[in-house]
Amino acid sequence: MKLESKIPEGPLAEKWARHKFALKLVNPANKRKYDIIVVGTGLAGASAAASLAELGYNVKAFCYQDSPRRAHSIAAQGGINAAKNYQNDGDSVFRLFYDTIKGGDYRAREGNVYRLAEVSVNIIDQCVAQGVPFAREYGGTLANRSFGGAQVSRTFYARGQTGQQLLLGAYSALSRQVANGKVKLYTRTEMLDLVVEDGKARGIVVRNLITGKIESHSGHAVLLCTGGYGNVFYLSTNAMGCNVTAAWRAHKKGALFGNPCFTQIHPTCIPVSGHYQSKLTLMSESLRNDGRVWVPKTKEDAEKIRKGQIKPSDLGEEARDYFLERRYPSFGNLVPRDVASRNAKNMCDEGRGVAKTGLAVYLDFADAIKRDGLKTIEAKYGNLFEMYEKITGENPYETPMMIYPAVHYTMGGLWVDYNLMTSIPGLYALGEANFSDHGANRLGASALMQGLADGYFVIPYTVGDYLATIGPADKLPVDAPAFKEAEQKIQAQVNKFLSIQGERPVDDLHKELGHIMWEYCGMSRSADGLKIAKQKIQALKKEFWTNSKVLGDAGEMNQGLEQAGRVADFIELGELMVDDALNRNESCGGHFREEYQTPDGEALRDDANYTYVAAWEYQGEDKPELLNKEPLEFENVKLTQRSYK
Amino acid sequence: MKITLKVWRQKNSNTPGKLVEYQLDNVSEDMSFLEMFDVLNDSLTRKGEEPVAFDHDCREGICGTCSMYINGRAHGPQTGATTCQLHMRSFNDGDTIVVEPWRARAFPIIKDLIVDRLAFDRIIQAGGYVSVNTGSAVDANEILIPRTIADEAMDAAACIGCGACVAACKNASAMLFVSAKVSQLAILPQGKSEHKERAERMVAQMDSEGFGACSFTGACSVECPKSISLDHIARLNREYLGAKLSSDNIQG
Repeated sequence: MKLESKIPEGPLAEKWARHKFALKLVNPANKRKYDIIVVGTGLAGASAAASLAELGYNVKAFCYQDSPRRAHSIAAQGGINAAKNYQNDGDSVFRLFYDTIKGGDYRAREGNVYRLAEVSVNIIDQCVAQGVPFAREYGGTLANRSFGGAQVSRTFYARGQTGQQLLLGAYSALSRQVANGKVKLYTRTEMLDLVVEDGKARGIVVRNLITGKIESHSGHAVLLCTGGYGNVFYLSTNAMGCNVTAAWRAHKKGALFGNPCFTQIHPTCIPVSGHYQSKLTLMSESLRNDGRVWVPKTKEDAEKIRKGQIKPSDLGEEARDYFLERRYPSFGNLVPRDVASRNAKNMCDEGRGVAKTGLAVYLDFADAIKRDGLKTIEAKYGNLFEMYEKITGENPYETPMMIYPAVHYTMGGLWVDYNLMTSIPGLYALGEANFSDHGANRLGASALMQGLADGYFVIPYTVGDYLATIGPADKLPVDAPAFKEAEQKIQAQVNKFLSIQGERPVDDLHKELGHIMWEYCGMSRSADGLKIAKQKIQALKKEFWTNSKVLGDAGEMNQGLEQAGRVADFIELGELMVDDALNRNESCGGHFREEYQTPDGEALRDDANYTYVAAWEYQGEDKPELLNKEPLEFENVKLTQRSYK
Repeated sequence: MKITLKVWRQKNSNTPGKLVEYQLDNVSEDMSFLEMFDVLNDSLTRKGEEPVAFDHDCREGICGTCSMYINGRAHGPQTGATTCQLHMRSFNDGDTIVVEPWRARAFPIIKDLIVDRLAFDRIIQAGGYVSVNTGSAVDANEILIPRTIADEAMDAAACIGCGACVAACKNASAMLFVSAKVSQLAILPQGKSEHKERAERMVAQMDSEGFGACSFTGACSVECPKSISLDHIARLNREYLGAKLSSDNIQG
């Protein structure tokens, strides 16, 4: 397949403006003749649905949650970046662009990232106008803080609940359009298939999660705003319901999947406490500003700590290894996420991990408390310390916190062009569901920015160009054979899940998949390990389809059945992630291949051979997928080796 | 730990429900309350019994999905926390725990512990927003907002819409939920131009959904996982009264 990124010609700073002018428009009176389907109501989906309805399109918005306000964007803590330069500290659109490209280890498109930085300033204006209560200075101006990977203060925040406040802003705009009759909401409704005819996206097939009814919805365009696929690892910081099903089923209908192996592992999460663990909780990255990361110098001491024979406070300075400060004297505890995560894993692999499981390192605030006083630390991190204590039952003011890396975000996703259109005309992917802006590693506070940029400021322009091209008559009725066939196929799949009646609950199979992915396709990967993973996933897939156990009926609310569909898709995606990781014979960002590292253990890119987007094309059940390459061209930044020594 | 659970089981809204007893023998105190339910559901599934349906998603106290009465209290014995943030170390070996869905006329039961809270969405649709289209905003620093006002608005905006306030209220009143949104937007300059209409419309919607009148007991604020203050109810009352006295809107 020929991949056309459709990046406009011209100087970087003029591309978006020129492109906006070149795009076709839909006459205001004609907009009401078009129906747009939006799947997912997080930052990308809610902002897109609201903005498109404001323009006059008829929007149908779908979410699996009981309310659009509960989409997982709500859980983002830290903040949202914008190149406002309110702090007069040297920020600019170009600097935000540059930081994002570099942070992504040079595996993202220049054109897309520049546009993201450009519209970032409009996002803050829009959110403030909606009543989002961002943090303020006493004089009434907006406050900023700094965040990993940047040397300027450009992060806007609302306490530790920035995602919540931004989402509630977008949700309020969406609610206003529901009241206006321009958006029809479908809650507790899950998309299970995409309908494509004559090479265009025509609509979706969904299951009503309350009644179990399978039904079709037709539209002129379909927008997938369905988030990331971190739950392929079972344990992640994602919500329990986050899934890849909408994106994956679109992929099986022809949408290419870009860079599936690019996963972000966040270094500061609360460690796993037992086999029953269902999810992992993130502790804000800001903790690394004051906390010192360490493990015991010797395996023997670590062993004693694990057995509870000694306490961390029994070990003096000489018995501790502050490994980030030791290895990266200039960045110390503030190295980027991927580097911090990998080092913590190495310490545990060496047998120097703490906690009963041996899978944790300390994040110690004793020195900060001594230096700044308890009050200062409490003011900065009080709510986080409280959250930690609620979960672990330990008081981090008295004993060091324990942390371990966890899956947090997926940079990969459906391949899209500059218009956010996938390789299927009329099908778009926005926010975390697409692959486009973060390369191989995402910077902190950039996910919220991208979701809202796509929904508020990109899609309202680009979707019109497509709609104007096809015209209002080019729509498939829901009683067309293509919809009926898709409904029957989905009904058959639902019946299949219920008929297997094997031994293992779906959750248990999901856990096993998570273990395989984490072990072989997690923080570090090797060709040998990936080959083992592939075999194990194939075996698991067989077991899933012969030995899973789902109870209850199809025609009612059935959470086990919902999960079965999602896990079936995660298993297939897992195999593709392994293929992608195996294909990429280099280390970059969150993708660390053990064979490709510098003599002192840092990620080693191979720009000559891998400066491309790997866009995978589905070939049919159990057939290897076809690799398409979109070369990445850098005209404005110079590719360099990241160094944090 | 050994725990006895009495869980409300109800097939759907048309079928009567009942409490069913389950025995769990191997509960770790480090488990979250919902992880204990995962363990229960795993064992039920293996035995061929249908697992308990319950609402949950983020499992970190922010999405507002989880909703259970635990021993008669919304979100259980802890204050300032959701069900998903509750851990088994809050209970003792041998305890019997009664788990029920939110009970309120405006929150009909869908299945087992799951209720329908769409009434909250409809209240927000009635006016819980600032009418501003995408693209028409002024520069974010153009309107200065004193830090104290921004903080007060944030206190109100922290509401997660879980419904614990309704569940805790003997009248099943939604006053705390409604007041949190009305208050947030009433004190911010951006929300000022529509503040009268907003209070009137949201209260009218709240009444039509079948929520009860404010009980003045303050139970809502005590059980609120985000500790939303009763001050916001006071502000809502002021907003509503002011709107009624001066508005020319004759609806509701």
